[in-house]
Amino acid sequence: MFEILKRKQLNPSVVRIDVAAPLVAHKAQPGQFIILRTDERGERIPLTIADFDREAGTVAVIFQIVGATTEKLAHLQVGDALADFVGPLGRATETDGLRKVAVVGGGVGCAIAYPVAKKLHEQGTEVHTIVGFRNKELVILEDEFAAVSDRLVMMTDDGSHGDKGLVTNALKALIDGGEQYDEVIAIGPLVMMKFVSLLTKEYGIKTVVSMNPIMIDGTGMCGGCRLTVGGETKFACVDGPEFDGHLVDFDEAMQRGKMYVDFERHAHDESCRLFKKEVR
Amino acid sequence: MPNMSLTKQPMPSREPSVRRRDFDEVALGYTAEQAIDEAKRCLNCKNKPCVSKCPVQVDIPSFIARVAEGDFEGAYAIITRSNSLPAVCGRVCPQEKQCESQCVRGIKGEAVAIGRLERYVADWHNAHGATVPTAVAPNGHKVAVVGSGPAGLACAGDLVKKGYDVTLFEALHLAGGVLVYGIPEFRLPKAIVQQEIDTLKALGVHVQTNMVIGRVLSIDELMNEQGFEAVFIGSGAGLPRFMNIPGENLSGVYSANEFLTRVNLMKAYREDSDTPIYRAKRVAVVGGGNVAMDAARCAMRLGADSVTIVYRRSRTELPARAEEVEHAEEEGIEFKLLSNPIEILGDENHRVCGIRCVEMELGEPDASGRRRPVVKPDSAFVLDADCVIMAVGTSPNPLIKSTTADLQTQSWGGIVADEKGRTSREGVYAGGDAVTGAATVILAMGAGKTAAASIDEYIRNK
Repeated sequence: MFEILKRKQLNPSVVRIDVAAPLVAHKAQPGQFIILRTDERGERIPLTIADFDREAGTVAVIFQIVGATTEKLAHLQVGDALADFVGPLGRATETDGLRKVAVVGGGVGCAIAYPVAKKLHEQGTEVHTIVGFRNKELVILEDEFAAVSDRLVMMTDDGSHGDKGLVTNALKALIDGGEQYDEVIAIGPLVMMKFVSLLTKEYGIKTVVSMNPIMIDGTGMCGGCRLTVGGETKFACVDGPEFDGHLVDFDEAMQRGKMYVDFERHAHDESCRLFKKEVR
Repeated sequence: MPNMSLTKQPMPSREPSVRRRDFDEVALGYTAEQAIDEAKRCLNCKNKPCVSKCPVQVDIPSFIARVAEGDFEGAYAIITRSNSLPAVCGRVCPQEKQCESQCVRGIKGEAVAIGRLERYVADWHNAHGATVPTAVAPNGHKVAVVGSGPAGLACAGDLVKKGYDVTLFEALHLAGGVLVYGIPEFRLPKAIVQQEIDTLKALGVHVQTNMVIGRVLSIDELMNEQGFEAVFIGSGAGLPRFMNIPGENLSGVYSANEFLTRVNLMKAYREDSDTPIYRAKRVAVVGGGNVAMDAARCAMRLGADSVTIVYRRSRTELPARAEEVEHAEEEGIEFKLLSNPIEILGDENHRVCGIRCVEMELGEPDASGRRRPVVKPDSAFVLDADCVIMAVGTSPNPLIKSTTADLQTQSWGGIVADEKGRTSREGVYAGGDAVTGAATVILAMGAGKTAAASIDEYIRNK
């Protein structure tokens, strides 16, 4: 069992938990992920590592409540334990030799973008961070990003915090203003990563995106997480999760992501109903 | 006086119309009377041709002689001298290609039902208060076994009985490998696998789940930092193959591994499981092996209206066990033979709606000795389907290869190991599907046992 040592509600639907998992913490690198199960009947879900502390032996994950499993997860408190917590899985973000990078995060994807920005900052890379949220209420990790960014641009869809608009508007403005990036690292909703990639392709800037498809085992065994990258089938769990954004077939990935939408909606409603019962 | 019946005692099985909609075991097993009666068909041949075709050399005539006397525990003791998983092998071994293929009774009539007798003996033992095995005095040497499928279980079992301090590492959350994620409940009840693993634990094997070796710890770390003197790699052939035809990434196309893992490991067929599965109405399964049969029969049990096996050769070339093909047919699985998919068709929502195939005919034999299927001109047709399951084989997982320096592998990914299970790295042994590519449970067990003997020899002579 893997005990939850800390729990923090980052916004109304996003939670951070720090889990005791010394073996995972020992090797974790930004860009890698874990697979967890809340309990014996639970499904296996992948979550990207948001932070880790090798000495304390803890690994943090940040998740948005979207389905039954994340709903269950959100109800767990400090002292509760997860049945399974496997990792680190996938390949780490490649940061070698990068001098100046634009890190683009969208929504809960910022949770994954943060350790990447932090690592870049620690190795001396100039980091420009652009983060986007729907509104002020949903903003997460603002102070953390500020601490590791040479430049931080905050965007909200409704302008309630930072500038009004999309992250692509901000990125375009920076590039047009003369900023020259070795690489853009974009992590967020598929549609955001798609449009960031389309934009940077016009400018010929290498772009890395982090994919988070449906997965079961996370070891290359099921192929459920497959994507088309540059016309070839790749498994996100072992070949990724990061890929060249200019080569990923985002439209296919979006369709594949909807595979269990009906099931998840039903399961989520069902688990909400159960939790309400318990409260009553 | 031997029983001279030309046919085997038939296996009592549940009605196809009932079992095709649930996951309970299909074959019910012999009664004591049936087992004794069948055992009396064995002629106890002096040269034991059956044993020569058993990958672990079970002393078949001797155990059958005990069954004929009604001494089932005695029979169990004989089997387990060479086979540590009889309840599993009695159910899933392709006996008709192994021991039973050599049976003298099979020359005129049917072979002795060796597999069914093995199953009976193991089940009898497990049902009659199996004695808790006693742990052997430890010899102080640590050995790591990577992968808890048939190869790993057999290797760990033999080593712990010699006194080794054995740790069994499993990547998933449950030990058992393909016996748990791959083979369905109705063919191999998971309680049987669990019993085997519990026995190993009682003998002193440490089972560590959630350990993806190659990621969490490398082979080098196991040996240099964790103090293991030898490592056995039995990581199987878990990487699913696809056909590389258009439409394979549509929603509703599963690898057989994914489909079976959702059903068997994650229990997605049960109401109380959180794991989703798409309950399709018209299912096409591509492939003709046991995995294809398992996937097809699971799809039927999940409520499909029709399930069709699409296979490019003819019925005689089906690699699946004859019994599995018969069971599938009884349950209403349709067979579209001599047909090969060329494209999977999707609707406007990127969901599967059909599979375009071409008809095949058999030409000259190929390297495998089977007649090579060739496309019939202008024979394309479309099969309606809202789910397609690709059961066209698996390859060894590259995770360990890519994280272990100097571990030699074949071009197709298999780990290179000699007849004793030795790899190119000192102290590192391998066996099972990780070495041979996808094969059978019993061959993997045989390789695990061989490697255990080699590891013992290696450590004693160090």
